[in-house]
Parts: sequence; structure tokens; C-alpha cells
Amino acid sequence: MTQTDPLPCTKQTGSPTPPLLELRSIQKSFGSKEVLKDVSFEVPQGGIVSILGRSGTGKSVLLRCVVGLYRPDHGQILYGGQDVAEPGPRAALRQASSYVFQQNALFDTATVLENMLLPLQARGDLRPAEQLTKARELLRRMELEEAASRYPAQLSGGMQKRLAVARALVTDPAMVFFDEPTAGLDPIRRNAVFEMIARLQKERGFTAVVVTHDVQEALIVSSRIVWLDAGRVLFSGTAREFEAQNAPEFCEFRDNLESLRQSLRSLSAVV
Amino acid sequence: MFVASLGKSVLDGIGALGRLGTFSFQSLANIQSGGGLPARLVRSTFEIGVRCLPVITIVAAFSGLVLGLQGHYVLSRFGASEMLGTLVSLSLCRELAPVLAAIMLAGQAGTSLAAELGIQRSTEQIDAFELMGISAEGFLVGPRLLVAAFVVPALTSLFTLVGVAGGWLSGCVLLHQDANSYWAAVHQAVQPRDVFECLIKALVFGILTVALCSFQGFYSHRLGEAGARSVGAATVRGVVFSSIAVLVADYLITSILV
Repeated sequence: MTQTDPLPCTKQTGSPTPPLLELRSIQKSFGSKEVLKDVSFEVPQGGIVSILGRSGTGKSVLLRCVVGLYRPDHGQILYGGQDVAEPGPRAALRQASSYVFQQNALFDTATVLENMLLPLQARGDLRPAEQLTKARELLRRMELEEAASRYPAQLSGGMQKRLAVARALVTDPAMVFFDEPTAGLDPIRRNAVFEMIARLQKERGFTAVVVTHDVQEALIVSSRIVWLDAGRVLFSGTAREFEAQNAPEFCEFRDNLESLRQSLRSLSAVV
Repeated sequence: MFVASLGKSVLDGIGALGRLGTFSFQSLANIQSGGGLPARLVRSTFEIGVRCLPVITIVAAFSGLVLGLQGHYVLSRFGASEMLGTLVSLSLCRELAPVLAAIMLAGQAGTSLAAELGIQRSTEQIDAFELMGISAEGFLVGPRLLVAAFVVPALTSLFTLVGVAGGWLSGCVLLHQDANSYWAAVHQAVQPRDVFECLIKALVFGILTVALCSFQGFYSHRLGEAGARSVGAATVRGVVFSSIAVLVADYLITSILV
């Protein structure tokens, strides 16, 4: 089997309910560099879908194509069965979804509270007093209330991440996209971020699509896994199906992780 | 070959002008997007108006001082030193104040604007606005363009007043020319059409400078550079292009109004 050949289990077995999001043969190139070659998978309603893969395999590009920040060269993205290339469905997807950027993309000229209020003001479906109450309530739940009048640059990395997630959730989205939510974080904070995503997903019931390198954490919290390699989907299925895979690509990845773990154990024994 | 490359350059230039026009129009048309307009207008007034005051005042004072000095020696040769007020006031009002104020605006507010927008682009803040359904042009650039239309004429008027006072200082106080004849010449020389020319130039230059610097910062990711380099490139291009645009527009407006 070549590296780019799809595995048998990449075929969708068909969800009992129609998928919330469906990608069909997405292709995207930048100049002569083909980043996404033929990406197809489905995201069912509810749960957490993690898109895994090595660096540079097009995971973030794929997410940006889904939300419309990049236009795919070929293929279709369907949200609720509607093609988001059309202005109406694209607006519906944006209205119903939020995006947590890799570097948080917090508005640095606005305070923490103003960052929370902006998405609510953009929607305009709540009165100013209600917007304020809602923003303050979520800040309190994310343990950021004390920082409401501070600017993002005055927050720690963990607080910035919590604020980015809080800002994404303040509009009660049906779907939240997380682009590398643990990038640059230490292992303890990484676990905390995944725990936060899983807890919030359960409490609020949104569908989460998470792009990440963190295989172990993703396997624990995700209901479905999509494995991307060199711009193609090598695997799409449940976390359990993924763990049962014996294809060389995944074994290599798991072996690397195991070898790293053993090195760390021996290092700690020496220290 | 030469004709083809010249034609391409002209077409690229026309295309860029069209994009700049569309960008400016969208910025003003969507100025309400995201709410909080009064606060954004106040902040923009501070950035463009208040922060530029010191540099405008200093440059105006020294421009007036030099004009007074040079004017005194040149006019004295022709026995027309009583015309110093006319020379200083008309030079400042019709040419120097609008042009120098706009170039100082590009140096002070324009660089800050291009760098801020460039960083907001490279840190994905502009993408975040778009995904929230907020027009980033309207939210970030619209208030600055609107404020520039009012604040830059005010700064230019201040430049003229401080410059004329500088001319008085060097010509009358330091070189002992008659102050009464200086102020009488200023009073007689400056006509409403001169003030109109000054204000119309200030309005056009202010909008041009803010629009060009914002445009460069906003689209810094298209400059072929990445990260900090793209911000640096956008800042340099913003200042250089707006300075050139001000001088070209100055010639065009002068040729129309003279």
C-alpha cells in the first residue's frame, strides 16, 4: 500500500442521520504546491471530530477552506446539505459556527470584555444589557472575570487560550472549529485545553472540529478521527477503529510516541 | 517588449487604483459594522489628530522660521521686504502647509496605521473579524478615513497659523522688520480662495494618506513577505506611496484651481 492510498476504513459507512458537514473531493493548491489533493469526509452532528496528521499536511488549510477563508480549487463543502460556495449557506455556516485560531487572534486593541462583546454586537440579536450579562457570565465561568478590563497582551498564554475559546462560545454556536488549540503549550496545559474542549462540548452540545497534532489527547476526547497525510485522507472513522489500525503510517506514528515516552521515562530515572 | 511592459505597468496601476477606491468605499460604507462607532471615532481622532499635533507644530514653526529668514534676504535684494508677510502666508497656505502636514501625517499616523493593520493581518485578527460577520475594513479603517476628512484640514490650518507666526518671529523679531507691515501683508494677501485651496488639498491629502497606509497594512499578506517582514514592507510602502500620491495630487489640484 502506498502512503497516499486510502485505507479501507476511509469509506464512510453512512451515518444514520445526515451529516452536519460534508466535504467532497476538496482540492487546494498554492501556486504549484498541491496542498489538498482529494479530501472527502463527513462530520456528524454532536461530538468531537479530530483532524490529525503531521505538520504541513494541509490540516489548517482544510479548516480555512471549510469556513471560507480560502476558496477550494475543486470540490464541495456542504453544511446541512447546502453548498457553502453559495452566499446563503456560507452565511448560515458562519452564523452557526465559531473559529478558534491557532494564535488565538484576539483583538489586541480591545479589552477582554470588548473581545467578548464584539461577536454579540455583530449579531445584534441581543440588547446591549443582555450582551453584557452574557459576556460577563461566560467570562466568570472561564475564570476570566477579574481580567475583564485588561488587554489580551496582559494575559498569560493559558488565559489567552481560554479567552479565545470563550469568545468563540459566546454566541452559542452549533459548530466550533479549533485550529491547533494546543500549539505551543506544555503537556499540562495541553491536557487542560482538551479537557476544556470536551467539557464544554458536553455542556453546550456543539459539534467540535479540532485540528491537532496531539494524537493521544485527540484519541481520548474525540468521537471521530480523520487522518490527513500529504493532502489526502488516509483514515476516517471512530477513535476505536483508528486504534485498531495496523497500517504502517499509524504504527510509525505510535511507535515514535512510545519511543519518546520511554526516553522521557529513562531520562526522569537518571535525574 | 518595452511597450508591453509599459502597458502592463499602466494596467497594474489602474487596477491598484481601482482596488484602493473599492477598499476606501467599502470602509466608509461599512463603518457601522461591529458597533461602538463613537468610541472608534474618538480613538481615531486621538491617533490622527492628537498624536500628530507635536510634530505638526514643530515642523510648522521651523518652516515659518526658514521662510521668514530666506524671504527677508531675497526680498531685501529687490527692496520688497514689506512683502514678507505675503510670501510667507501664501506659500504656507497654498502649498507648504497641506503638503508638509500630509507628509508628517504619513510619517506619524500612517506608519502606525500600516504597522497596526499589518500585525492584525499577520496575527489573523482580520480573518477573525470576517468570520464573526464584521467588516474589518469598516470597523478598522472606516472611522480613520472619516476622521481624516475633518482632522487633517484642522491640522493643516494649525500648520499655516504656526508657520505664519514662525515667519513673524524670524522676519520681525530676529531680523527687525516692521511687524505691522508684516501682519498687514498677511491680512491683504490671503483671500478666501486661498483658504479654500488649502482646505481642499488638506482634505484630499488626508484621505489619500490614510487610505494608502491602511490599504498597505490591510493587504500586507499579499506583498510576498511573511510575518514581521510583511509589516515592515507594508509600512515602508504606505509612507512612500502616500508621499508620492500627495505630491502628484498637489500638482493636479493646483493645476485645476490656479
